[in-house]
Amino acid sequence: MTRERTTVVGSTIEINGLSKSFGAVRAVDDLSLTIRPGVVTGFLGPNGAGKTTTLRMLLGLVAADSGSATIDGRPYAELASPAAVVGAALEAASFHPGRTALDHLRVHAPMVGVPDAACSRVLAQVGLADAARRKVGGFSLGMRQRLGLATTLLGDPGVLVLDEPANGLDPEGIVWLRGFLRHLAHEQGRTVLVSSHVLGEVQATVDDVVVIARGRLVHESPLSDLVAMAAAQVRVSTPDTDGFVRLVTEQGWDFSEISGGLLISGASPAQVGAAAHAAHLELHGLAGEGMALEDVFLKLTDPARAQVPA
Amino acid sequence: MTPAVRSEWRKVTTTNLWWVLALVMFAYTAFLGAVMGFSLAQQPEAATGGMGDSALSGREVAQSVYTLGASLGYVFPLVAGALAMTSEFRHQTITPTLLFEPRRSVVLAAKLVVNLALGLVYGVIGTLGAIAGGAPVLAGLGDGMHLGDGEVLGNVAFSVLALAIWAVIGVGLGTLLPNQVAAIVVILAFTQFVEPILRIGFAAVDALSGLARFFPGAAAEALVGSSLYSTTGMLDLLGRWEGAAVLLAYAVVFALVGRFTTLRRDVT
Ligand SMILES: Nc1ncnc2c1ncn2[C@@H]1O[C@H](COP(=O)(O)OP(=O)(O)OP(=O)(O)O)[C@@H](O)[C@H]1O
Ligand SMILES: [Mg+2]
Repeated sequence: MTRERTTVVGSTIEINGLSKSFGAVRAVDDLSLTIRPGVVTGFLGPNGAGKTTTLRMLLGLVAADSGSATIDGRPYAELASPAAVVGAALEAASFHPGRTALDHLRVHAPMVGVPDAACSRVLAQVGLADAARRKVGGFSLGMRQRLGLATTLLGDPGVLVLDEPANGLDPEGIVWLRGFLRHLAHEQGRTVLVSSHVLGEVQATVDDVVVIARGRLVHESPLSDLVAMAAAQVRVSTPDTDGFVRLVTEQGWDFSEISGGLLISGASPAQVGAAAHAAHLELHGLAGEGMALEDVFLKLTDPARAQVPA
Repeated sequence: MTPAVRSEWRKVTTTNLWWVLALVMFAYTAFLGAVMGFSLAQQPEAATGGMGDSALSGREVAQSVYTLGASLGYVFPLVAGALAMTSEFRHQTITPTLLFEPRRSVVLAAKLVVNLALGLVYGVIGTLGAIAGGAPVLAGLGDGMHLGDGEVLGNVAFSVLALAIWAVIGVGLGTLLPNQVAAIVVILAFTQFVEPILRIGFAAVDALSGLARFFPGAAAEALVGSSLYSTTGMLDLLGRWEGAAVLLAYAVVFALVGRFTTLRRDVT
């Protein structure tokens, strides 16, 4: 059976109030998210933030303590043919070392009703055609990642869930993966969710970002908003620090005091200048300061760092 | 269900384990068949250790020799069945398995079905091994092969069935004990050491002697209908169908307990 797909429309992933504890460790804490089709969403967080646990709950491998995770409104395990709806590759993709790449796919092919030809086709898609008959035990990490990706494509699903797919890929592989994922989302309309603990790794790939830390959501926006946050830091020199603290607090901007003024984030220099003018505050210097995107990520995921002036 | 069965069947046939075990099993049972055929055909009294009736008939010798696969070789299908489940945990292939089939009972049921079929293959191979090793010896030294004897062939058929059920028990055991090393150690310790000793020990104590019949090895011998141990008259066995029921009960209980322990847990 070959599937003819003219327009692929991915499904929406909804996560609602999801929580999970392992003993005393609160791995995921009241997490709510929406992942939309047609874009690549980066699921970011430092090591141990709860990314893998969240994905395993979404896929029915780990039982949530509370909350729900659905695809197209239904839990994964209740989908009629789940692997034809969601293709998932989890961290440290797992294969029997004595099985060939092709046979690994052939094992799962009956579950999505595809013939051996489809197995060869997805192997070719991820660049493993030449290694099809080699045993997985001899594969490099990057080759295993590619095989994991091929496995997700077997059922031609509208949703792809990939846990750290760039791990172990060479620079060429990363560029290839980027183009491939963007193609799947943008041209084909699939839902693509990619986790990573390094923002830089997925920065050029993703359209939306979701950032979690210690199991909680700390940020959810298009990547462009995160980029804007990176630029939006303004250094103000003023003799009237108290006046500015009042103003900035009124405006709801974040700030830290530095010698001779403030460092304000969440606003542009123009916004700060206009507000100072309107409030008749004395202003000696006003400068927009760039912050590396990675610093924004660190600041979001580790509040302790937020106190350290950039 | 059918796709899951096909998937499980492919898991077995795409790795080398099944035929390596089958080959070793054939060699092992052929060797035992020849050795036991040799000793029983020549001097039946010696092999009984003087405990049983004096001499075995030629038919009884054939029955014992041809069912050696079931009396001494059942560890092969048992290990094969157990590994079908433990290797999923050892290599973490349980994750893709459950992604493609999240209904865990279906995965378990498919493994039970596939291993029953695979167990029949081991049954045929192990029984053929014993016949291949034993029949020529019986023909040369004993009073013939007895391969045209319906009663002998009946035992041979039940020996195949018993070996098949051992593979199903293996799946249950592997589900109960997903740690591969632990499962193999338990299988080897129990089949090679614990059960034989307990059976002899229980047989010596009146209050316990009846219980020994319910051990899995004893139940399998009851199903086969003739065996090394029983023809020697050392032990009391259940009836054939009672033996089959007890053997199947082990498979069902192990699988059910495994379903509600191991297969209920988070897969991380
Ligand atoms: N099976 C488990 N038993 C106990 N604790 C666990 C288990 N799985 C995860 N945890 C804990 O839950 C927390 C979240 O882990 P998780 O693997 O989801 O993080 P992650 O965001 O995927 O991290 P990484 O970037 O390192 O992959 C960690 O503190 C981890 O130690
Ligand atoms: Mg992880």
